[in-house]
Amino acid sequence: MRHIISILLENESGALSRVSGLFSARGYNIESLTVAPTEDPSLSRMTIVTTGSDDVIEQITKQLNKLIEVVKVVDLSESSHIERELMLIKVRAVGKDRDELKRMADIFRGRILDVTEHTYTIELTGTGAKLDAFIQAIERSVILETVRTGASGISRGERVLRA
Amino acid sequence: MELSGAEILIRCLQEEGVECVFGYPGGAVLFIYDALFKQDKVKHILVRHEQGASHAADGYSRASNKTGVCLVTSGPGVTNAVTGIATAYMDSIPMVIITGQVPTHAIGQDAFQEVDAVGITRPCVKHNILVKDVRELASAVKKAFHIARSGRPGPVLIDIPKDVTAASCKFEFPESISMRSYNPVIKGHPGQIKKAAQLLLEAKRPMIYTGGGVILSEAAAQLTKLVKMLGYPCTNTLMGLGGFPGSDAHFLGMLGMHGTYQANMAMQHCDVLLAVGARFDDRVIGNPQHFGEVPRKIIHIDIDPSSISKRVKVDVPIVGNVREVLGDLVKVLETNREKHDAKALKAWWAQIELWKAKDCLRYDRASKIIKPQFVVEKLYEVTKGDAIIVSDVGQHQMWTAQFYKFDKPRRWINSGGLGTMGFGLPAAMGAQIANPKATVTCVTGEASFQMCLQELSTCKQYRLPIKIVCLNNRYMGMVRQWQQFFHGNRYSESYMDALPDFVALVQSYGHSGIRIENPADVEPALKDAFKRKDELVFLDFITDQSENVFPMVPGGMGISEMILAEEL
Ligand SMILES: Cc1ncc(C[n+]2csc(CCOP(=O)(O)OP(=O)(O)O)c2C)c(N)n1
Repeated sequence: MRHIISILLENESGALSRVSGLFSARGYNIESLTVAPTEDPSLSRMTIVTTGSDDVIEQITKQLNKLIEVVKVVDLSESSHIERELMLIKVRAVGKDRDELKRMADIFRGRILDVTEHTYTIELTGTGAKLDAFIQAIERSVILETVRTGASGISRGERVLRA
Repeated sequence: MELSGAEILIRCLQEEGVECVFGYPGGAVLFIYDALFKQDKVKHILVRHEQGASHAADGYSRASNKTGVCLVTSGPGVTNAVTGIATAYMDSIPMVIITGQVPTHAIGQDAFQEVDAVGITRPCVKHNILVKDVRELASAVKKAFHIARSGRPGPVLIDIPKDVTAASCKFEFPESISMRSYNPVIKGHPGQIKKAAQLLLEAKRPMIYTGGGVILSEAAAQLTKLVKMLGYPCTNTLMGLGGFPGSDAHFLGMLGMHGTYQANMAMQHCDVLLAVGARFDDRVIGNPQHFGEVPRKIIHIDIDPSSISKRVKVDVPIVGNVREVLGDLVKVLETNREKHDAKALKAWWAQIELWKAKDCLRYDRASKIIKPQFVVEKLYEVTKGDAIIVSDVGQHQMWTAQFYKFDKPRRWINSGGLGTMGFGLPAAMGAQIANPKATVTCVTGEASFQMCLQELSTCKQYRLPIKIVCLNNRYMGMVRQWQQFFHGNRYSESYMDALPDFVALVQSYGHSGIRIENPADVEPALKDAFKRKDELVFLDFITDQSENVFPMVPGGMGISEMILAEEL
């Protein structure tokens, strides 16, 4: 099962490698990992998307909690939550593709950030599935480059994750 | 007044009550050695190889419950120490490792003797810290000691660049430490403890299985009280020996791959299992599927939540310090008016007696060649069961665990988790230094011993009167045993050829040695050696080459699927 795990940790050098090292040493999957400081610069917030059986996910949460720099861990997938990912995609936009790509970007609520004679660079946010859908929807051969951030997540409603 | 980083480090060690540091100097730690030279509170033990430093600090900690400290230089100093760090990590031993590092401006430049110490050791320490500013040094040291000995203990490494040891600042030792990200649970949940008590009383076939957590948390008294008040059978893991008196009638012996028949059978067939400070690892319960085939309720007490329900699902998890939780559990049971089912318990003990009657540790006592088991039995008698026994890794380790009855904690010191050959001698040095008056014995094999024998020189320098019992079978015995059982008797590279004359070898280091070849000479030789209180004596017992450790649970099999001696 796919899980999205949120981690609050000390913003210290080396903390990231402890987390990624834990995943590789114990053979856990990382589908994506995002991290950046929070409004309190002494803390970072990390989102990891992983897959595993319930037992594995339980171990992942426990092992993460064991890391000295980790302040809190929640499995966002245990309750309702929001997740978003950002993608920048550069496409070849010439001839009839040019209009078509503009229309597709509009349908997916994307924004064209950069335009040249031959290319568009489009920004899209949404769930991973939506970004996948966009890639599926356009002609494969027009894609020049994609870059995705991996998912960030937050709980719905009043639930908060704080130190 | 301002102090240099090196002086601050030494002052911090003094404040932490460190009496002794095991180390080896080099370029990156010269300022620290200079600061050591100028004081006399912290003693330094000069080892002969950094692996010896980390094992000695580890042995010191295991034998005393004080935090062991070792100090090594950057680069090869660190890499040599890694085996000892990983050994301590696997057995949750509180230890602080101080490593020198190249100056901060040189980090990342492939400088002379630079290695990424924090990176290399990350997977085998509880935590590690690179100190980049002298003003952070004191709090880093405080933190390191706090983390090493609280919660589930473990080694913590502090990497200090040379310029940080030279720079100076005002010294203030932090009185206390608080970390928002690290607050281990100590007290067990009262509701869970009540549930555990209830389950224990309802048991028809109870079993108490305890591990290294009992030793580490100093809970032997609480455990002994609990077992005796309930009258239930008890077994210890390799790491837990001495947590419950080995000579007590409730003790079924060690369990696991080389556990006794009765301990393994009782473990498999119990209906309520109390697991205390143990982690159901592969060498203990064998195949978890096979273990799970028999329905039973499991109560698991451990300080580390990640040890609970890792390999085996448990019914009543209790996270907390083992001593605290056992103390609370005893209290609940004392005030509880219900009693356990005496009739069922009697029948259970009768079953256990039948298992015991297999006499699974039987060996040929009439042998004309020295049997290794016989040596350990005699060692037990001659030392009256009261020595600190430090073991290396192999068959000799298992025979010692089986035949020496440990009645007290911290008398049995061995590398259980990592299984590190070479651990014995340096760890025995640490144990002897922690307990100068105690009788310390290193039980070893001729292969293990050759992995750290340079420490004989350290033993001479500091007059450490360790007795070394070498069970010399001219084989990497444990490897040979596996090759005999599982690889068609093909003894690939497990014969120890070109052995030194150990007696002459130890003599060249200024110690004495005795070679023993006849069973009749075993006891006199041991008596002779242990009479020589101030000397290191090496006893080279020439033992039966073909002896195997029984019972044995082959890898991947169930715990009750043992090979017994007579079956071969
Ligand atoms: C550093 C290290 N290398 C290899 C091994 C694998 N190993 C386990 S036991 C053993 C043989 C030990 O031989 P010896 O010390 O003579 O003891 P014996 O088994 O003969 O009693 C070996 C090679 C190990 N445990 N540690």
